[in-house]
Amino acid sequence: MKVLVPVKRVIDYNVKVRVKADGSGVDLANVKMSMNPFDEIAVEEAIRLKEAGKVEEVVAVSIGVKQSQETLRTALAMGADRAILVVASDDVHNDIEPLAVAKILKAIIDEEQPGLVLAGKQAIDNDMNATGQMLAALTGWSQGTFASEVDLDGEHATITREVDGGLQTIKIKMPAIVTVDLRLNEPRYASLPNIMKAKKKPLDEKTPEDYGVDVSNRLEIVKTAEPEARAAGIMVGSVDELVEKLKEAGAV
Amino acid sequence: MAVLLFAEVSDGALNMDATAKAMTAAKMLGEVTILCTGATAKDAADEAATLGAAKVLLAEDDTLGHRLAESTADLIVSLAGDYEHIVAPATTDAKNVMPRVAALLDVMVISDASAVVDGDTFERPIYAGNAIQTVKSKDAKKVITFRTSTFDPAETGGTSPVETVDVPAGSGLSEWVEDKVAESDRPELTSAGVVVSGGRGVGSEDDFALIEKLADKLGAAVGASRAAVDSGYAPNDWQVGQTGKVVAPDLYIAVGISGAIQHLAGMKDSKVIVAINKDEEAPIFQVADYGLVADLFEAVPELTEKL
Repeated sequence: MKVLVPVKRVIDYNVKVRVKADGSGVDLANVKMSMNPFDEIAVEEAIRLKEAGKVEEVVAVSIGVKQSQETLRTALAMGADRAILVVASDDVHNDIEPLAVAKILKAIIDEEQPGLVLAGKQAIDNDMNATGQMLAALTGWSQGTFASEVDLDGEHATITREVDGGLQTIKIKMPAIVTVDLRLNEPRYASLPNIMKAKKKPLDEKTPEDYGVDVSNRLEIVKTAEPEARAAGIMVGSVDELVEKLKEAGAV
Repeated sequence: MAVLLFAEVSDGALNMDATAKAMTAAKMLGEVTILCTGATAKDAADEAATLGAAKVLLAEDDTLGHRLAESTADLIVSLAGDYEHIVAPATTDAKNVMPRVAALLDVMVISDASAVVDGDTFERPIYAGNAIQTVKSKDAKKVITFRTSTFDPAETGGTSPVETVDVPAGSGLSEWVEDKVAESDRPELTSAGVVVSGGRGVGSEDDFALIEKLADKLGAAVGASRAAVDSGYAPNDWQVGQTGKVVAPDLYIAVGISGAIQHLAGMKDSKVIVAINKDEEAPIFQVADYGLVADLFEAVPELTEKL
């Protein structure tokens, strides 16, 4: 079985986000970019399935700017077999929406015929939490979202999901779209020899036109603003003073 | 303009808090019809009928039990023709279903909307709440989930008519196996009036009892930072933050939490924030109304005793 893993190039999760003064968006020029952390977990899971002999090939896909090939090289260095880059924008500030991404992924699925898609549950830039569910809709496949355990068993997969108030286990028909949550695994670091090897692995470059998909946005971004800052608080010197202040404020 | 609100119903029971908050947002968009689904959902529909909707639609079928995404999305799409807005509270169940609905309708989903500007235009947090984006939808139908912590619950009163609707044949794509619900006498994290959270500074799973004692004294829910969850001190469903629960209680007490960006995104809308940390440089103090630089192992038992 072949597994498809979509990965997104996003601002590194350790970088402080700065909103541009003109309100046009978040400043991404000269900022460290990395693979979306949830996507790293998806790549790791795919590689573990291959190591366990349940999967023959891991194909990483990225849709975005040309520099996303760095993100794909990271996936290849972790252990993916080959990569597909769909260059859908020449401006790093133009975020391709989940619906368009899902349409391109659907076209790639039609060509590649994978038995499973493993995706991050959400990208940490637009926080939409939508691509996997949308892809499941477009393919008509079953979906297992927010997975903290994935167990493949031939015709079916058993997925434990992180839901409000606890965990839910479901059994879904293969082929399936699975989106992964934080506790599924801890992604590996790529070793230097593997980083060197990854440079020689195949990376195909495509465009949305190759798949006949219109990537224009459905949501017009009117403005991007800083969140409202909280009023400055005070430091208290003791537990007694804290209790007194909380009582004064009517908080307890 | 008509709005369909997908109510939060679990195992036949209405989640009144989440549904009533989403109702407040839905009412800003037009006349609201509420949809209650499940293997059984009659009691939930009767309760939802007190929220001031034009009517309540009741869809009962075994295929809708446990709110499996495929069958639930098919049902919502079958009803979608009559509505310009299809909305839900941003719970994990709705986030599972609504993007699937949107793609079946060939529209974008607007996730976690935190404010309604007009019928096409919404605010939503991006980058873990570090920026607020205003987006205007060009789609004819809008599929939206609303972040419940930013809306007050709609008032109850009166009774709307309840109508039963036909349920499409099940997809057979998925089946429910089991739920593991975290058993607790404490209030639910996202709707609690007071939340006490512990971070990596608490140091161990055993020492988390200190946090729990303070929470029980205050009748509070217990939360945790991602660092505490990753270290195994607390279960994942206690996690407050962008990758966990977003909370906005009247009082939030952060103990031994440094205040990573992703944690702040999950609690900074709380009314009063208290931070207790031994590191005076901890970023949590920048959002705290009351900060106390102290050893939590001394301060927390003392606070528990004196409150």
